[in-house]
Amino acid sequence: MNRVANVMDTAPKTAGWDGRTLHQMLDDSEAAFAKSGRCFGLDRLPLKEADPIRFEKIFSRLRGSLVNARETALNISASPIVKELGELCFCLYSPEGDSITLSTGILVHVHTMSEAIKYMLRNDYEDNPGINDGDIFVNNDPHIGNVHTADVQTLVPIYWEGEVVGWAGGVTHVMDIGSNTPGSNAVGPTTRYEDGLYLPCVKCGANDRLFQDHVKRCERAVRTPMYWSLDEKTRLAGCHMIRAAVQALIREEGIDSYKQFIREVLEDSRRSFVERVKQLLIPGRYEAPAFIDAQFADEARLPAETRKDILMHSPFTLSIGAAGRLDVDFEGAGKWGLHSFNCTPSAMAGALWVALTQTIMPNDKVNDGAHFATGLHCPRGSWVNPDTSTTAHGNAWYYLVPSFGGMFRSLGRAFYARGYVEEVIAGYGHDGNILQGGGIDHHGNESAVSNFEMSCIGGGAGTIRDGLDHASVMWNPEGDMGDVEAWEMVEPLLYLGRSVKTNSAGAGRRRGGSGYECMRMLWHTETYELQFVGDGAVFSYPGIFGGYPGSSGYRFALKNNDLEDVFARRAPYPTGDRHSDGRQATDLVRGDVVLDKRATDLPAPFRERDLYLSFMRGGPGVGDPLARIATDVAVDVREEVVSAEMAERTYGVVLEKSGGSVDEAATAARKKALREDRAAKAVPVRAWLAREREVRVMAKDFSAPVADMYRSSMKLSPAWAARYRAFWSLPDSYQV
Amino acid sequence: MIPSYDSATLRDLLEGKLPWSEVHGIMSAFKDPDRFDKMLEIHQSRVTWQDRILLPYGENLYIVQTADARRVVKCACGQEFGDYRQNWKLEALIRVRSSQAEIEELYPKMMAANAEWMQLREFICPGCKTLLEVEAVPPGYPILFDFQPDLEAFYEQWLGRKLPTGAST
Repeated sequence: MNRVANVMDTAPKTAGWDGRTLHQMLDDSEAAFAKSGRCFGLDRLPLKEADPIRFEKIFSRLRGSLVNARETALNISASPIVKELGELCFCLYSPEGDSITLSTGILVHVHTMSEAIKYMLRNDYEDNPGINDGDIFVNNDPHIGNVHTADVQTLVPIYWEGEVVGWAGGVTHVMDIGSNTPGSNAVGPTTRYEDGLYLPCVKCGANDRLFQDHVKRCERAVRTPMYWSLDEKTRLAGCHMIRAAVQALIREEGIDSYKQFIREVLEDSRRSFVERVKQLLIPGRYEAPAFIDAQFADEARLPAETRKDILMHSPFTLSIGAAGRLDVDFEGAGKWGLHSFNCTPSAMAGALWVALTQTIMPNDKVNDGAHFATGLHCPRGSWVNPDTSTTAHGNAWYYLVPSFGGMFRSLGRAFYARGYVEEVIAGYGHDGNILQGGGIDHHGNESAVSNFEMSCIGGGAGTIRDGLDHASVMWNPEGDMGDVEAWEMVEPLLYLGRSVKTNSAGAGRRRGGSGYECMRMLWHTETYELQFVGDGAVFSYPGIFGGYPGSSGYRFALKNNDLEDVFARRAPYPTGDRHSDGRQATDLVRGDVVLDKRATDLPAPFRERDLYLSFMRGGPGVGDPLARIATDVAVDVREEVVSAEMAERTYGVVLEKSGGSVDEAATAARKKALREDRAAKAVPVRAWLAREREVRVMAKDFSAPVADMYRSSMKLSPAWAARYRAFWSLPDSYQV
Repeated sequence: MIPSYDSATLRDLLEGKLPWSEVHGIMSAFKDPDRFDKMLEIHQSRVTWQDRILLPYGENLYIVQTADARRVVKCACGQEFGDYRQNWKLEALIRVRSSQAEIEELYPKMMAANAEWMQLREFICPGCKTLLEVEAVPPGYPILFDFQPDLEAFYEQWLGRKLPTGAST
């Protein structure tokens, strides 16, 4: 730092290269790309061409330093979300804000932090409040560059001899952001003004130290100040490690080589991405919409004007052009709403990016070069691009994740057609339930919890194997459900059991990965507010090639119960909900039962020894279930992934009563019967369409949330409305 | 090093018989550029009809060139679904699970979708009665055209050769 500080004394006023401001550098790079279609207009890569081994070594060394920063810095955090589940990542950016390389972790934020840096440059932060060596910035505003407010970013400029040569960025998912309902995926907010603490690219430190007023402000704004503080130090330490690593590299390689490298590596990655698209996929158009419910009509804890049942519409289409460009289009998405599930284009771009890192470019250089080879259309005024900055975003992931399920299904079709069957995956299961809430915890402190066991929902099936059971999640592919003991340290709830959730996996020749469930009991707290967050009225993740969606969800709680007496008698207690009907608990414990399909609600009071079931969903299947190998189904039944009853109904596999092996004769008969039943109950599609047009569409026989969904999409998008009318041969005047 | 795998290995891969350690190696390595042609040959050897496969289109569906030079979607059983530029589903059979009872045949009651919000549409081959696709969409939603490949661009610009015109293999 001494050397840089001394240089700073005589540094020119502008921090950009060649006497330019950083804002001018950003404008120049965007103009060069617009003109040439190549990053910085580069048509050749002289550094790489002259010494490709050196080029790769520089990249590997930078990438290693990013991973090192993450793995070291996360030990500062005390939050299981960060420390156990790895909900953090670090990234190195160019002076203009384009990512060069990144660590592992929640990769969605590699691009959202890019947007935040560019926001600061476009708004001339270099002039005011200044971008100086040792400065620290913080951002969590989705309208600038983020998904939801609980993902908090720290950004540090990297100086070399008076010039900014890059940015280090780190993000952690904090436990609470001070919303009007507790937890980090707040469902209560209906506008920005209830979303909690907003830090829209704020300068929060100088000379490598956080401003005391920032520290105090944040401590007083969130429910978990200790966790907040340690998370912020985690991010800052990681950024400083990255800065030191970059400066060490420059000392060895020379500043001119470093500058050339960060230019070439972006263009190199852009070209590589295009080539990978051409190598792995099939050009064409793919369609894979998604839907998810929020049943708020009877939610008395919401403002009256927001109490309604909502069906999200994500009309996902993917176009792959002959030139190898990918374009994702959400034309037809419904209007933004008075809820916390809204997304911004920044969030959608981040999600696109994280989907690509797992599919097309997992073993290549991963950086913003790919961003330059993709397009994203987010219709203005819709939930993917609100035309006001007053929208709430506390739980933007609730809409975002299913909407990008279509990306995995579409790419799965392309991989299959191209022959790369090992890469086919039907997506993931829904990333719920989230056990979330707050109150006075078992340590006697004000607290908030957002349990992240939904980092391990069931994976989607593929062509050559079943989905991974309780495996990972779209937004963090190296997900970890966390140790029971770690969650019990931060949550006033004990685990009575954690087990596979029978029948949660989507059926298929290859079944989806199984979900799991946890029976939790309130412990050492007089009262605590808890909510459920998950799909309940719909299947939000369909399968492909004849596979079925993973199951939908429900909520179960047993309040004001006699567990104390059960324990005193040393009688059996419930460890789960094996039959998904509450009986396993109600057969053993008396109390007030909550059992319904309203699987996303608002926080409600729970008391000592109340039971709460948290059910993580299963993944979608691939292929006709009747083609599944019968002995595989027998294993599923033995491992309680599938019930014997569903094995017969869905797979046509009959097991012997004793021993559980396949009854070959009964299975053959059952499969034959199911196939005949299919034929008997099916009709030609054209005949069905003709009837459905009259009795459903023309008659407008839609439930209220479905009608609202169509109304909203058709009003906002004349193009989608025209397609809808054309499909059903409806008059131009048709409205829902 | 750019890998290439023999047909026996790729057949085992397609059929899910390859040991996981080998699959993992394939997934971690650079992709084998000759995969498409080798897989086409494997698919072609698995079907009983002679039409030339232009593209594997789904687990049981193919886009093929017929004897009379039409390009159609065809099931492994031989059932044809018409020109590939038109949605093959229009020529399929459909069973719609649009009541609660029908959905709950496949899912436990508390884990089923609400039929007022969503229905399951099962698209079935009229020939072999194989379940080819399942849609999970709200009532009234248009039938999805899952995948419309640009065959000309794929063959001519990406593979660097003419789209086959021969009638059969």
